[in-house]
Amino acid sequence: MSWRAQGLRAWLLQRVTAVYLAAFTIAAAVWAVTSGPMEFAEWRAFMGRPAVAIAVLLFFAALLGHAWVGARDIVIDYLRPAALRLLVLALLALALLAMALWVGAVLFSVVSL
Amino acid sequence: MQAPAKRPRFLHLLKIAMPVTAVASFAHRISGALLIAATPFLIYALEVSLRDPAGYASVRETLLDGPWRVAVVILAWALAHHLLAGLRFLAQDLGIGFSLRPARLSAWGVNLAGLALLAFAAWRVWA
Repeated sequence: MSWRAQGLRAWLLQRVTAVYLAAFTIAAAVWAVTSGPMEFAEWRAFMGRPAVAIAVLLFFAALLGHAWVGARDIVIDYLRPAALRLLVLALLALALLAMALWVGAVLFSVVSL
Repeated sequence: MQAPAKRPRFLHLLKIAMPVTAVASFAHRISGALLIAATPFLIYALEVSLRDPAGYASVRETLLDGPWRVAVVILAWALAHHLLAGLRFLAQDLGIGFSLRPARLSAWGVNLAGLALLAFAAWRVWA
């Protein structure tokens, strides 16, 4: 892909993930308001349902991709020195990847297959 | 990389009179950064809440009763503003509300709705 198309790809990733994040957040807010307080066992069983665990995992995948594009925009706007910019972007990518693995492990430990 | 053009620039953020659309946009960026910073804490809270009943209770208590309530309320604003301003940008991508008048009106709406949700979250957590 050309240099310009990479910019387009990031833009598109930001929008596509935004749509899923918005839909999930609104659905989760409605669910939280309508279902009311829960006991631990109920909460764990709910999160362990494969459909819920997958939807939550997709949420975090979208969140981390969305975060990458947005944070990269901020870094490129405010950090001018190339070395510092590279360092911050590398640390950011590392942190986001670590979070992806972490949340994957958390969900995998509760999902009931 | 090309050298930036030599032209006069005035970017003193505290002295520029920002139009309401710029406030919505800048707050969208700040709220996004806050939400990224909050993500590891969110994952940690999820992990502890799923571990055992004691962990679940401690997460509820920490988020709703402890000093972390301040962070919860600020993040409620960040989430509300980021979501609403993001939906506004998505609508504009589709060419909806892109001309000046509706863009200003929707910016006011988004900014004020974010603050209203901030007040609501504060009321829910403290009252």
